[in-house]
Amino acid sequence: MKHFTTLLSHEIRMLLVSPSTYIAAVLFLTVMGFIFSGVLESYSASAQETSPAAVFFQLFWLPVFFMVPLLTMKCLAEERRLGTLETLLTSPVSTTEVVLGKYFAAYFLYLLLWASTGGFFYILHRFAGDARFLDSGPLVGGYLFIAVSGLLYVALGVFASSLSRNQAVAGILAFTLLFAIIIGVRFVSTVEVLNLESMHPLRAAIDYSLVFRHLEDFTRGVVDTRQILFYLSGTVLALIFSILGVEAKLLHS
Amino acid sequence: MSAETPAIEVRDLVKTYSGHTAVSKISFSVARGEILGFLGPNGAGKSTTMRILTGYLPATAGEVNVCGVPVAARGDEVKKLIGYMPENNPLPEDMRVAEYLHYRGRLKEISRRKLGPRIDEVLELCDLTRVRHRIIGKLSKGFRQRVGIADAILAEPPVIIMDEPTIGLDPHQILIVRDLIASLRGRMTVIISSHILPEIEMTCDRVLIINQGRVVAAGTPADLRREVFGQARYELVVAGELITALPKALSDVDATLQIAESGAPDAAGFCTLMLTSTRDEDLGEAVLRALATDMRFRVRSLSRIQPTLEDVFLAATRRGWEKVDTAAALPTKTQKSTP
Repeated sequence: MKHFTTLLSHEIRMLLVSPSTYIAAVLFLTVMGFIFSGVLESYSASAQETSPAAVFFQLFWLPVFFMVPLLTMKCLAEERRLGTLETLLTSPVSTTEVVLGKYFAAYFLYLLLWASTGGFFYILHRFAGDARFLDSGPLVGGYLFIAVSGLLYVALGVFASSLSRNQAVAGILAFTLLFAIIIGVRFVSTVEVLNLESMHPLRAAIDYSLVFRHLEDFTRGVVDTRQILFYLSGTVLALIFSILGVEAKLLHS
Repeated sequence: MSAETPAIEVRDLVKTYSGHTAVSKISFSVARGEILGFLGPNGAGKSTTMRILTGYLPATAGEVNVCGVPVAARGDEVKKLIGYMPENNPLPEDMRVAEYLHYRGRLKEISRRKLGPRIDEVLELCDLTRVRHRIIGKLSKGFRQRVGIADAILAEPPVIIMDEPTIGLDPHQILIVRDLIASLRGRMTVIISSHILPEIEMTCDRVLIINQGRVVAAGTPADLRREVFGQARYELVVAGELITALPKALSDVDATLQIAESGAPDAAGFCTLMLTSTRDEDLGEAVLRALATDMRFRVRSLSRIQPTLEDVFLAATRRGWEKVDTAAALPTKTQKSTP
């Protein structure tokens, strides 16, 4: 693991000079800005039960769908297309180091972009001057949820990128995986068949992996280790599959 | 890792891709400090062999040792012993030259303290100092190629493997790259592959010709000429009593000297004849002296034909692999001459 820091700093640097990062950042902040102002508008119209932060994070999936693919689609697909993966892997680094370096660089940027939305809350705090709008509980819980769930989402993006040499394919695949895990699971949970007695184990599994329930718990201040374990195990699995994906492609190149 | 172990030892290497055999029982070894040229038509298995040597691809069967370290079992160690430049020299587009070399140097475990001076040295060696702050994606092909070579020699590995280092370069740039490779002679073991035959002939100590995944010929360029053609050839332009007196006059000079083919006489009555001899030393002077003093002949020119590596290459790849014993691929200079 001695090359990890070299690879990580290189990857962060490359992400910071890449145009797709800035496209993702602009899109992200625009969308989040609109959502945020929409939330504030609804609050100014009538009194609401939940805090603005809780409502704001309810829509986290919208930027995740386009931001994570944009940040991760390039990482392994581009290296393979250019052939630089060959120079990289013939120097004394392991595939694990390469994949982890790329993963943490993308994750770092993901966190950085989300952290920049903290500015919205700062502005609200500064100009509203009303402590009720800034309930720190849901805010911290929301950001914690973003950080923990981001581990899995970025890992899925890296995994999608390890499967293709085409950035577009990797991006669409990442989008599909994210859609399946965020919206797909919620959709499946509403299927009637699952209410049958015999379907109980399946029902439990789906309830366990309901992303929106996790978000709800986090913003209410409940940090359940089972949920953290869900994201951590998913992340590890996705990264192991990414490493295997890169190595399997070598065998059949 | 004593000095006696060859830099690279390959025994019965086999690589198959989903039923298609890319490399079939290749064996060869390269001594330390030697420059070996890999020749072969497209799809002969050159790149595959090189990738297996670097540990990038796993072999299907066989054994590869780099400086006595088996590639299959201790791949991580082998990667430290090799500087590799892949085919088409892939480079990241959006990095600066010095930046890229710094990154590569860190990956190759050069200490920070040594890396700066070493980068300067390598940039100087590859004539890249002028472009050290330019972005790689905007460099011309010649510069990019040299960046790849600079990367390969950066960590001063004992073995350097370059897949077609001179492809797509203009003659001037080829000259620079050739000098660069020649300057590594003795210090590092170099394996290069190329289509350009004069290129290999000028830089390499030994040549390995591969066709359809097998070694079809191996040895120094001179050995290969002798092995493939087996005889010296002369071109003689002469007039006079050719049919009646010439064969006799020639066999008087040397018993093995024969007329292989003869052309039609031109306007002045001169014929172009092809002579062959199994004698290795040059018979030119003796032939000229004998024919010049003889009043029956008028000689216009006589020259010994040196078969180029190109001829050797064409003959060897045509000949196929059946006749070649794998033992012919040993690094010693004693070559079996084919009957």
